[in-house]
Amino acid sequence: MSAPNYEALSVEAAAVVRQQTAWERVRASASVRFGAIALAVLIGIAIAAPWLGTVDPALFDAGSRDLLPGKSGEITTLEGETVQHTFLLGSDSFGRDIYSRVIYGTRISLAVGVGAATLSLILGVLLGLTSGYVRWLDGVLMRVMDGVMAIPAILIAIALVAAWRGGLLTVIVAIAVPEIPRVTRLVRALVLTIREEPYVEAAIALGTPTRKIMFSHILPNTAAPLIVQATFNCASAILVEAILSFLGVGLPPDIPTWGNIMAEGRVQFVEYPHNVFFPGIFLALTVLAVNILGDGLRDTLDPKMAKRV
Amino acid sequence: MYAFLARRLLATIPVLLVVAVLVFLMLRLTPGDPAAILAGDAANTEQIAQIRANLGLDRPIVVQFGIWAGNLLAGDLGESFYYKQKVTALIGQRLEPTLSLATLTIVIAVLVSVPLGVIAAWRFGSAFDRGLMAFSVMGFSIPVFVLAYILIWFVSLKLGLLPVQGYQRFAEGIGPWLRHLLLPSITLSVIYVALIARVTRASVLDSLGEDYIRTARAKGLPELRVLVRHALANAAVPIVTVIGIGIALLIGGVVVTESVYAIPGLGRLTVDAVLARDFPTIQGVILFFSFVYVLINLAVDLSYVFLDPRIRY
Repeated sequence: MSAPNYEALSVEAAAVVRQQTAWERVRASASVRFGAIALAVLIGIAIAAPWLGTVDPALFDAGSRDLLPGKSGEITTLEGETVQHTFLLGSDSFGRDIYSRVIYGTRISLAVGVGAATLSLILGVLLGLTSGYVRWLDGVLMRVMDGVMAIPAILIAIALVAAWRGGLLTVIVAIAVPEIPRVTRLVRALVLTIREEPYVEAAIALGTPTRKIMFSHILPNTAAPLIVQATFNCASAILVEAILSFLGVGLPPDIPTWGNIMAEGRVQFVEYPHNVFFPGIFLALTVLAVNILGDGLRDTLDPKMAKRV
Repeated sequence: MYAFLARRLLATIPVLLVVAVLVFLMLRLTPGDPAAILAGDAANTEQIAQIRANLGLDRPIVVQFGIWAGNLLAGDLGESFYYKQKVTALIGQRLEPTLSLATLTIVIAVLVSVPLGVIAAWRFGSAFDRGLMAFSVMGFSIPVFVLAYILIWFVSLKLGLLPVQGYQRFAEGIGPWLRHLLLPSITLSVIYVALIARVTRASVLDSLGEDYIRTARAKGLPELRVLVRHALANAAVPIVTVIGIGIALLIGGVVVTESVYAIPGLGRLTVDAVLARDFPTIQGVILFFSFVYVLINLAVDLSYVFLDPRIRY
């Protein structure tokens, strides 16, 4: 028998004494790293879109219609000049550069994803805090949330966009609305648990104003599950935006969104399948990155929730 | 049991009422004259005035809701000015393709996902298990219409196995019906497989840790019987629950899938109605889908009694 490895033992003991902080666990997670890096790259693409060898996504040239990927052709600039351009991912039936449109489409998808997730988070938190703290409003609010949840999310978004007509802000709001109830329920459930904690009772006993208890004692303790929920909301918002555009009920067709590019490409899908596939690949990879990030955050930040799923 | 049934049915009424109010408000919150919007872009002044009088649009909003809800209870969802017929009749015509697509999707999804989930739980931590979990994340991430086009391209265009799109009525023979529905159903079932397999795995994993599994194995029961009769049977409640909740996802998927595969069902009707700004139809279809969703989940709740004899209401 060999001598016990004291060094290893002491490391184990130290690990028991000093638990990893949530932030350390998050940073160590492979899923979080992968998702965060992929997302950072996408954000980089969105910001740097004009400098990535793209042309204005609205530019077209009648002579460069339906080019295959990699083909060179001409494109007319806004000043009316005709310049030589390589269509990396081919061109659509108007002679627009698919590559430029897909790259610029990143901006819309990320804006909608982040915008809708933030909006649903803010409104959900306000409603959830109200519901968990103002007991007489709870019944009514929760019944309304049940009602919203009973209508399939895409239908709410479609109906709201139809009612308000398209525009980036409209689309963001329409997509955020069906995501609110899940946040509200989550916050409400957390508030109901947290308000029984000794430190909240102590704060109440000390005569701390309700608003201060809500925002500085209860809200910070709901952060972890909320971040996780917001990430998943972001992924589903990106998907729903693409679906709305694809169905022709989202943003106007002249705006380059992945859904719009696919909707235009589907008409000639048999001859030019790449017009559908390239934006589709970008869309799927983006949603995948956000979902993997969400999975990683859930496993590290919110172990209770991780066990439930 | 009957008392529970009555209570559960009564509890459904407020939800349906809230859904009705929300769908009603959706149109009233729209900027502009609701009568003009309901009539559509092609209507003349007389038709608009007619609608205003019929729906009491010059009266207080509560009265308006009363009139609307009264019509609803009488089975009248209004008239589509775009299709020039009753919305209920429209929904009736479009029901078969959607019902076929949804049913076939659920059948495929359950037949595929439940065995996968059980095997993953049985071989927890194995390559199969990790593979299924990875597939599950991808299944959630790949948009239905992207998947649809990949399958059309490969199965229909490259291999020429199945029709690219379209629908054949069930009455015209089960063969053509199935051939047209197979690809859309497979497309739609992927996200459902991802969802159900995940929950099946977690739920079976839980029950595999119970004492009765050890007892069953100690008795010398064959492993398959232990897995199905003991582990899966005890894990059934969460699985059925997620199938019920997943109906919302399925309805969203139907809208997209019918559009891609040119299936003349309720999903296609929804999109056409939105493009035509045909509000009576939009409202009708949303109400119909939501009521179906609520009622299916009611049925799911009631099924617990049969799935788990320990549950007594």
